[in-house]
Amino acid sequence: MKWTVFLPYLAVTAGVTYLIRMLPLTVFRREIKSRFIRSFLAYIPYAVLGAMTFPDVFYSTGDLRTAVCGVAVAVLLAWRGRSLLTVAVAACCAVALAQGFLLLIP
Amino acid sequence: MRAAFRQGIRHGIPIGLGYLSVSFAFGMKAVGDGLTVLQAVLISMTNLTSAGQIAALPLMAGGASLAEMALTQLTINLRYALMSLSLSRKLDGSMGTLQRLIFSFANTDEIFAVASSQPGKVGKHYLYGLMLTPWIGWSLGTFLGGAAGTLLPVFVRTALGIAIYGMFLAIILPPARENRPVRFVVLVAVALSLCFRYIPGLNSVSSGFVIIICGVLAAAAGAWRFPAEEDAA
Repeated sequence: MKWTVFLPYLAVTAGVTYLIRMLPLTVFRREIKSRFIRSFLAYIPYAVLGAMTFPDVFYSTGDLRTAVCGVAVAVLLAWRGRSLLTVAVAACCAVALAQGFLLLIP
Repeated sequence: MRAAFRQGIRHGIPIGLGYLSVSFAFGMKAVGDGLTVLQAVLISMTNLTSAGQIAALPLMAGGASLAEMALTQLTINLRYALMSLSLSRKLDGSMGTLQRLIFSFANTDEIFAVASSQPGKVGKHYLYGLMLTPWIGWSLGTFLGGAAGTLLPVFVRTALGIAIYGMFLAIILPPARENRPVRFVVLVAVALSLCFRYIPGLNSVSSGFVIIICGVLAAAAGAWRFPAEEDAA
């Protein structure tokens, strides 16, 4: 990507991300009173990650069949509370195995 | 070297190892989307956030406006504001304004989780140690993924494409299982996201705005329906 295009994007992503983290630690040190706002902020990560994962995860391997295998393994392990690393590696292995299996059947 | 600094380093090592593998997938994806290895590493060194960086890639590749990029990052990373607010009460007297300006750069989900679980207050030596290994792991993994990703056989690269989503699932599913409001929020967000992908008309909205709309609506629905549960989430 051209640097003249890239650098403004870099400045915006890094700047916005830093300000979000920095301002509450330095400037606003008061508690948020509104219960609605507090729960809204607490729910945001789950809402964002849910929307980013589905349906994109089904297109992440270029083949719906292998992606479904990866999702099934990831959901099963994540549901049981396994670590980030375990779930991510197991999902990749499931996709690799499914790809190998698809090569065997015509 | 202070004992607190060494303890921070020790606590940061497992986070750094986890980041190494996930950022490997990010580096690979970034180079696949047309960035150079150096550009991918610069993003990781200055942003230090998984979901925000992943969402930024299609926006950069698609030539989105800077306003859309800023709004997308604001929504995805808004959770850090809450973590910073919460951590602010846990810092001891050694954390003056300068130290807060430095540490806030590294307040990621995992670093926040470890720092808040420490007994009592935490100080600058511990926090500087804690942020170091994850930052190195995140930057190094991006470099390795960007530089070596294209050398890997196609079937390995394809399989690694799902790694980041595996990590997202590992973050959202355990609390969704334990906690009904979180389950509700995740289901609403996923349902909205499916609508924006498959319903004609809605599917022409660009990826950044889809994340903003789904995230804000689902979290607002959760806050409206389950306003008292925020401590459990």
